[in-house]
Amino acid sequence: MKVLVALSGGVDSSVAAAELIDAGHHVVGITMRLWGGESDTGCCSVADVDDARRVAQQLDIDHLVFNFSDDFNTHVVDPYVRAHSEGFTPNPCIECNRHLKFDRLSERADLLGFDAIATGHHARVEMVGDRAFVHRGADPAKDQSYVVHMLPQRELRRTMFPVGHLTKAQVRDRALALGLRTAEKPDSQDVCFITQTGGREAFLGARIPFRTGTVVDSGGAVVGDVPAIEMVTLGQRRGIGLTGGGPKRYVTAIDHGTATVVVGDEADLDGDELAVGNIVWAHESYTGDVMVQCSAHGAAVPARLDGDTVRWRRPQRRVAPGQSVVFFDPTDSYVLGGGIARRP
Amino acid sequence: MDRRSLVAVHDGYTYLDHAATTPMRAEAVEAMLPFLSEQFANPSGSHRFARQVRKSIDEARDDVAEVLGCRPGEVIFTSGGTEADNTAIFGTLDRRGGVALCPAVEHHAVLHAVESRDGRLVGVDTAGRVDLERLATALTDVSLVSVMAVNNEVGTITDLAEVSRVVRKFAPAAIIHTDAVQAACWLDLRAITPHVDLMSLSAHKFGGPKGVGVLVARGASAFAPMLVGGGQERERRSGTHNVAGIIAMATALRATDTERDAENRRIAALRDTLVDGLRAELDDIHETVDRAFKVAGSAHVCIDGIENEALLYLLDEVGVCASAASSCASGAMEPSHVLAAMGVSNERARGALRLTLGRTTTPDDVSRATAAIVDAVHRLRKGRAA
Repeated sequence: MKVLVALSGGVDSSVAAAELIDAGHHVVGITMRLWGGESDTGCCSVADVDDARRVAQQLDIDHLVFNFSDDFNTHVVDPYVRAHSEGFTPNPCIECNRHLKFDRLSERADLLGFDAIATGHHARVEMVGDRAFVHRGADPAKDQSYVVHMLPQRELRRTMFPVGHLTKAQVRDRALALGLRTAEKPDSQDVCFITQTGGREAFLGARIPFRTGTVVDSGGAVVGDVPAIEMVTLGQRRGIGLTGGGPKRYVTAIDHGTATVVVGDEADLDGDELAVGNIVWAHESYTGDVMVQCSAHGAAVPARLDGDTVRWRRPQRRVAPGQSVVFFDPTDSYVLGGGIARRP
Repeated sequence: MDRRSLVAVHDGYTYLDHAATTPMRAEAVEAMLPFLSEQFANPSGSHRFARQVRKSIDEARDDVAEVLGCRPGEVIFTSGGTEADNTAIFGTLDRRGGVALCPAVEHHAVLHAVESRDGRLVGVDTAGRVDLERLATALTDVSLVSVMAVNNEVGTITDLAEVSRVVRKFAPAAIIHTDAVQAACWLDLRAITPHVDLMSLSAHKFGGPKGVGVLVARGASAFAPMLVGGGQERERRSGTHNVAGIIAMATALRATDTERDAENRRIAALRDTLVDGLRAELDDIHETVDRAFKVAGSAHVCIDGIENEALLYLLDEVGVCASAASSCASGAMEPSHVLAAMGVSNERARGALRLTLGRTTTPDDVSRATAAIVDAVHRLRKGRAA
């Protein structure tokens, strides 16, 4: 097959390309230029493009760079900023996968005569008849099925995750054995367009006006204020304008409309259920026992799914609205569907 | 060596990116070889080996001056076009103060230099020519005006006599610089030199090697040097001479000058065949600039309904090397600032294709490229419609 592999400049996609070559495919490497602004998080930078190109040279495959920065702004950065200004905490990596890697890129690949695209995600696509399922990757600590859970069937059928069956250690061993320069490169962790030095606050502060928020206790009494309601997240304990000394208090609710932050005890952080919107099902809709994962690196916990409501077996920390909520089967192996946490 | 022998290893491929770089002339390669072996001395020395090399550099300078229509003492050897452009702009501002001005369609070596010193940009017309009326009203406090002789993306020629007339009238003390990097193959540089104070050239655009160029500095155009040290080039550009590069550049420039008229006719005919062929075979294709305003080697079209990144991939796959706008450091295609300044919509600019012909281009290349482009465009449009 003719396969277009997305080379990010990291070790996983490097080894993905090597795996495809081993399997006898005709492989072409491509790096997407997505974020045109400042970056120091080790993703999508010019240095990463250099690494990707050098890996492609080592593997003796062609390497191209596609500039999708306009689409990235439209589909990832602008919605990210807008969501924050409306009180949501979005997951931009998922939107990037949804709109850039598995839409813009796969469509381009199609147009250029490629049979499939491949990425270095730690996940697996398993076919049951003609139905594709996203399974967790072989390495539980590195599994990324959460960030590709929403891929539609037409994308999954033309997508390959060549390192999904490997552990991270195996990936690095493979890269070392091949002498790839990315073998010991650290994983990128953060959102590529947020700098480590300035953080989310500097990024959002340059793009939206921050509103002062009023901090109240569970009885409604005003106890302080915060300079930016947009920067407050559920469960936050520091930087909420409270003097020290008293009992530990946490952000237990945020009313974005009235710019009010409610603080309370740790016990107030938990909830019994979670409302989910914009659900995308892998196949048919599902009601029953599920395992639910609410963040990229979080563990899945058991719950019962009832329409668009998740009822936890045991109370769980409330989930910030805007976060992706992914439903796995009761054995926690494959994706049933997923959606976005709604505002309570 | 015959004219194609240097690129014979690429037989079966069609190279239409001569504005990016053009293959070295065989005589230029030959001329530089002794200076990579027995003629190794540093020309700034005083012994016989040095004197020999010095003589070759002096002769090369005479050759370059003759082709450019300036005095040998006005020729400064640099590491290329970017150094020459940067020196012209930063060196003039550092010496004279004031404001630098350039059209918005300049090469980044000029544009970014001017912008980095809070310079002034002036607009262009739909053909990419600087708007002389706006230029005339924008010259307050301007100490340097930089206008390219030929645009690297779309091939538009600037009437530097006109530019000079306006600048001399409204800002008589201002220095005029031209980036003539894209001009050497197509225009008689002797006709440009009298209208400017500073001029930049780059050897690899006319059959010389990469890494060597010229800054012509005439008359009153004293500037602060960017590189100081051993005082070479009359203190205007320190650093040991790139001897082999300079010799090869002078050889290539001489040969280019001799063949220019004949090549202009031959290549213009090939370019016309190429563009007319594409227009005959494809709907919704737009010639960006009227050929009357362009150099012979430049074909630039915008093709509706396709993205040039995809088109260039398909062309590359069948051995046709072309380009779109300029590339950034990562190798990604950047939206063209030239087309934007000319008022071409983003939508249309996405289908921009730059085909630049040169000395090695043959009728075969033209027919192969035409067929490949037509085929690729049909395929992309069909895929999009599907």
